[in-house]
Amino acid sequence: MKSKKTAYPYLLWMFLFTIVPIGMVIYYAFTDESGNFTFNSFISASDYSQVFLYSLWIALISTFICLVLAYPLGFMISRCDEHKQSMIIMFIMVPMWMNFLLRIYAWVLILQNYGPLDTMLNFFGIDISLIGNSGATILGMVYEFLPFMILPLHTVMSKIDNSLIEAAQDLGASKFYVFKNVIFPLSVPGIISGITMVFVPTASTFLVAQYLGGTQFMIGDVIERVFQSDHHTGSAIALVLMIVILGFLVFMNRFGDEEAVGV
Amino acid sequence: MKKLSQKIYFGLIMAFLYLPLLYLIAYSFNDGKTSVWKGFTLKWYVALFQDAQIMQSLYNTLLVAVLASLFATILGTLAAIGIFNFKGGFRTVVQNVSNIPIINPEIVTGVSLMLLFTLAGTILGFEMGFVTVLLAHIGFCTPYVILNVTPRLRRMDISIYEAALDLGCSPTKAFFKVVFPEIMPGIFSGMLISFTYSLDDFVITYFTRGSKFQTLPIQIYTMTHQRINPKANALSALLFVTILVILIIINIKGNKETDRARV
Repeated sequence: MKSKKTAYPYLLWMFLFTIVPIGMVIYYAFTDESGNFTFNSFISASDYSQVFLYSLWIALISTFICLVLAYPLGFMISRCDEHKQSMIIMFIMVPMWMNFLLRIYAWVLILQNYGPLDTMLNFFGIDISLIGNSGATILGMVYEFLPFMILPLHTVMSKIDNSLIEAAQDLGASKFYVFKNVIFPLSVPGIISGITMVFVPTASTFLVAQYLGGTQFMIGDVIERVFQSDHHTGSAIALVLMIVILGFLVFMNRFGDEEAVGV
Repeated sequence: MKKLSQKIYFGLIMAFLYLPLLYLIAYSFNDGKTSVWKGFTLKWYVALFQDAQIMQSLYNTLLVAVLASLFATILGTLAAIGIFNFKGGFRTVVQNVSNIPIINPEIVTGVSLMLLFTLAGTILGFEMGFVTVLLAHIGFCTPYVILNVTPRLRRMDISIYEAALDLGCSPTKAFFKVVFPEIMPGIFSGMLISFTYSLDDFVITYFTRGSKFQTLPIQIYTMTHQRINPKANALSALLFVTILVILIIINIKGNKETDRARV
């Protein structure tokens, strides 16, 4: 129990399967085919900087929509009695447990040409393609990750004591004032962890854009494609993505206390 | 949720979360391949169960999930105890490195392991497949076990363990009699999280599976990528029902426990 030795197998494991693989990504990113040091991979990676910015943009919008949708819901759930809360949370988790490709596939079926929505719009004389654009990708992302925003918000908000809100009201605070000075400040850790849990996977996910976005791929799709032929450029893109995401996490951590981010 | 507007809002979000899945499930009973309804059938379910490849990948998925969660639980529990005994700066470093697979974008973990396994494969003469997928899954599951066990260790009163030693227990016996029951809930939830994450993993499996080894998420990808396949709908229906039943059981059990805790 007081021994450190029990961790040694895991230290070896971490070295082999965490540190070495990341070391290899770094090595591949900075070398060419014959193993010489070069920045060429980063130069060819810069061809994809548009896609990179597009991915961050999509992630930003999706995260924002999730936050706007989830915030009132999280608060509403947190004011229910305990049994009802756990039941509602359960029903929010069910879609989350479904395989993510099947969830995206559901939207492919719904949005496809001659699908139910398309037929309905055609009936009213509106002829637009619902699938194969950024809007469809964002919709898919919001659908995919909305529960990841609701859950941390609910966790933090359910700890807000009702008597604090009542005290503020008794002392004459308006609804807006109660929100601005009581509810919002207490919910900040939930917001931070919700943003983290939605932004990171949205920015780096692959396949959602391939299924819904037509030809507008995201950076995850690019990494997969490039890796099929060129490990060096692929590693360079992956390395940049990793650094951006880690930077984002450090940045978010400065706003919230560390414990909430792990929820 | 007292006001009508709140109920409507809640209903809309739930509809958003569930209608796509219900649409997916409804069309598993459609006697046709398009979104035109051609009558009720169970043939896609029959086809699903007769598909030897899908059944094989279901078996593979379960096998990997059982083995990965088992190994991750043992490795992670031992690691948590060892790390708990580390001091100061070194402990922080180890904990941070251990969290890398959790915070790193999945696709980066995936490609980094692919680089490692491809290189190791050329040196040692093996191909990626069951073993590499299993190693990768143990790799991303173990940190979750550590995260679940560590708080239990911190909460434990170490003097009880010392008392057991003073009273003549061997360290091993004292561990199983005193420490183990205390940290058991953490071990169990770590194992459960590992199991579900392993079952559902697509991205990391995709990069480490080689060309032949199939799991269910990979099979779903093959089925749904760029075409409509009603067998995927049938599979969604079965998964949905399974998940619903499991979560309802967990929820009922949880409610009973909170009731008991209150009495």
